[in-house]
Amino acid sequence: MSTMNTVGRPTTPNAVESKPATLTGGRGLLQDEALIFEGDGWGKTGVDLPKPATDGSDLGDLVRRDPIGLPGLSEPEAMRHYVRLSQKNHAIDLAIYPLGSCTMKHNPRLNEKMARLAGFSDIHPLQPQSTVQGALQLMDSLAHWLKTLTGMPAVALSPKAGAHGELCGLMAIRAAHEAKGEHEQRRKVLVPTSAHGTNPATAAFVGYSVVEVAQTDDGRVDVADLASKLGPDVAAIMVTNPNTCGLFERDILEISRLTHEAGAYFYCDGANFNAIVGRVRPGDLGVDAMHINLHKTFSTPHGGGGPGAGPVVLSEALAPFAPAPWVVDDGDGFKLVEREEDEAEQAFGRLCAFQGQMGMYVRALSYMMSHGSDGLRQVAEDAVLNANYIKARLSDLMSPAFPDGPCMHEALFDDEWLKGTDITTLDFAKAMIDEGFHPMTMYFPLVVHGAMLIEPTETESKAELDRFIEAMCLLAQAAKAGDVDRFKGAPFHAPMRRLDETRAARQPVLRWTAPQGSNAAA
Amino acid sequence: MRYLPLTPDDRAAMLAAIGAKSIDDLFVDVPQAARREGFVDLPRVAGELEVERALGAMADKNTAAGSAPFFCGAGAYRHHVPATVDHIIQRSEFLTSYTPYQPEIAQGTLQYLYEFQTQVANLTGMEVANASLYDGSTAMAEGVLMATRATRRNKAVISGGVHPHYVKATETVVHAVGVETEVLAPAVDAEADVIAQIGPDTACVVVQTPNVFGTATDVTKIAEAAHAAGALLIVVVTEAVSMGLLKSPGEMGADIVAAEGQSIGNALNFGGPYVGLFACTGKLIRQMPGRLTGETVDAEGRRGFVLTLSTREQHIRRDKATSNICTNSGLCTLAFSIHMSLLGETGLRDLALLNHEKALATRDALAAVPGIEILTPRFFNEFAVRLPRPAAEVVDALAQHRVLAGVPYSRLNPGAGMDDVLLVAATETTLDADIKILAKFLTKMLAD
Repeated sequence: MSTMNTVGRPTTPNAVESKPATLTGGRGLLQDEALIFEGDGWGKTGVDLPKPATDGSDLGDLVRRDPIGLPGLSEPEAMRHYVRLSQKNHAIDLAIYPLGSCTMKHNPRLNEKMARLAGFSDIHPLQPQSTVQGALQLMDSLAHWLKTLTGMPAVALSPKAGAHGELCGLMAIRAAHEAKGEHEQRRKVLVPTSAHGTNPATAAFVGYSVVEVAQTDDGRVDVADLASKLGPDVAAIMVTNPNTCGLFERDILEISRLTHEAGAYFYCDGANFNAIVGRVRPGDLGVDAMHINLHKTFSTPHGGGGPGAGPVVLSEALAPFAPAPWVVDDGDGFKLVEREEDEAEQAFGRLCAFQGQMGMYVRALSYMMSHGSDGLRQVAEDAVLNANYIKARLSDLMSPAFPDGPCMHEALFDDEWLKGTDITTLDFAKAMIDEGFHPMTMYFPLVVHGAMLIEPTETESKAELDRFIEAMCLLAQAAKAGDVDRFKGAPFHAPMRRLDETRAARQPVLRWTAPQGSNAAA
Repeated sequence: MRYLPLTPDDRAAMLAAIGAKSIDDLFVDVPQAARREGFVDLPRVAGELEVERALGAMADKNTAAGSAPFFCGAGAYRHHVPATVDHIIQRSEFLTSYTPYQPEIAQGTLQYLYEFQTQVANLTGMEVANASLYDGSTAMAEGVLMATRATRRNKAVISGGVHPHYVKATETVVHAVGVETEVLAPAVDAEADVIAQIGPDTACVVVQTPNVFGTATDVTKIAEAAHAAGALLIVVVTEAVSMGLLKSPGEMGADIVAAEGQSIGNALNFGGPYVGLFACTGKLIRQMPGRLTGETVDAEGRRGFVLTLSTREQHIRRDKATSNICTNSGLCTLAFSIHMSLLGETGLRDLALLNHEKALATRDALAAVPGIEILTPRFFNEFAVRLPRPAAEVVDALAQHRVLAGVPYSRLNPGAGMDDVLLVAATETTLDADIKILAKFLTKMLAD
């Protein structure tokens, strides 16, 4: 029974065959929002400051005279501009964000609240250490949690992202070889073909040549190929575990044994630590260095592409080479060691100006303390359970890249099942957008044709997974039924239709410039 | 656990759908020897209240900058951030989204990055800027590497006015690939000394303005000397607000600008996260590290934005990439961009003048303190003074009275023989009363 007054209020929309384009470029609630440079903000400001008592004339010719080119917005205009932009973004808080390898899990707001406590956010990196004892204690606590969870004796907190952590790990490895007088002969780093692009890029960045290691048919490192390439010219191997195919490296103990036998070190890419946290300690696998993306496993927000944080845990062999600064508890309070010369001559240097991503340390510790050791183990189990559930439910319609045995925290499919449909992985992904879902990671890892890598994380409910799975099934059926237009032109319902990336790269326009003849400052 | 939605019934149903008897069946690939039974030795699950109490207790042990007379700078500056900034960056669509890999549903992020790039290019006076790097120090390291790629030369000459931590962070990385550095001795006002060191193998000279001692320098002549020798000029800026008052690096002939953007929109955060601003001339675009956002059109011809020139980047080029960087400082760039939009040119210029005004007032007050010598001749919002006693000792003693008097230069560069040099910064947040307290305590302490 309905009590709603329906007079003058059609209960069903008028049926219209095709959608007329809007007259303004808006789409329903989505406004067509101009750039801040295209409005009337020249000379405007959204802050009320006292009138300065100086004009800077004491600085003479150093003073900037030309227009800078910065429009201003009043506060209501600023709010509208950014809220309108925000509505054109997908977000974890809207729906599952199944980007494989990225671990897009829920970001608890308690962490945001804690990071904003004035005692953490409003302290200067170079204040006297007696005035930041609580901050140093927090870093020490975070280090303790990370070392305990990984079973590793040391951690370098300062790397600012995963790739920066890789740099830290390889620099420590390089320093260790230098200390043994073996650096000149050990100039190669072995990297599996399935690795993240950052692995070979980092190895090259540090001056190593990269040698690829083959993969077996079941998606793991080819141990025989690895063994044949290990030798006195190899500095390190870089292996992701669980790997980028979402599989645990069954021969991991053999891999680390062979590596150490050859005098090389084992760098583990810890991007996928979420799958094993609380159940497996990398220290028990023979790992010498591993970065931990706090923005993946420990839920610090991805923020549209950063900031991240990539602390690196280190084995006994590499610990002496960790970069400055670090925190020690000398019984009399916490001390920040800022110059490696003071305490450890072997430290390889410094990776950034200050102590690293303190704001992320607070969030990560808040997350860890909330879960506790029991909750963190449950994180790994639920993440793996969710991925296997997706794999099981989609296996009839889609083709799993590695059908035998369980996956870890992500389910990998290839495009075999799309053969003959004229629909590509990209087309399929864009059609997912029309159904309200962010696509999975596409075309990665490179070793699987048309790869679709789905990582749900543990923070998806069964109901949300079922909703996602049903949408995927409907799309897969449509693809197989020859409904090609649905895919080729997709997305039709997103804020934008498919964008021309080729044009963007061929004629790069990387900033706004004033149109000819306009009065806008620039 | 409040962040985990699955119920025991859900788990049982899902295991059944998978065809597994227990969760352990899904971990069979883990070698027996590496499987851990039971929980690791750490505390168990905790409610919000418990976590708030524990972390709140740690936060309470720190002296927040806003709770005391505060004069620290040296690469991190306390400015007022409008409430709007922190509200907007906490919107779910910004906070909980990722790198805009699917541009059709990430135009919000892409458009603000494009606006950010334009703001940074205009602020620095350069033709292009990227979508940010980790911070100013890593930006300097990337700048040096980029200069060696562009010039096919192998040496960087670095002024003694560059922040010692920036120098260290840069040397750590560039030495690993065999790039040589020549770092001049620390000097308050001698950026131009780099000119005499430029040689045929010099890829770049690196200067900082205002430098770590606060000295502002017109680097035009340095740019000319570098260019005449086929080298590039990298200008480091650690206080972004200064560019609202001082000539831009671009106007003075910089080829690459590596700057710290924390000052605009971002809190002190004990050193991070910050936001590296990275800008260069148009001809260097394809050597740039990091993400770039560019304009294009969609299938209906409407303007939109995408990440572009990705053939420079690690996910495409792997070991041939210009850098290994993947993440940028996304949310910090948004904070920067919102704050800059609120300021506008008028607000930025006023803000810069207010900073300068407070620093002049602080200098005048300290100049009147017996025993203190002002070292910096021309400055924006920070200057160096010589004390009759070791600066670290004075700073530690004043901290006991809850006065944060500045940064001893020796903390950044202990072996330099400048133990008596104190770096003092003031911003628009500095109160006249704070300046009086600082002068009063210093007078008393130096008289004792």
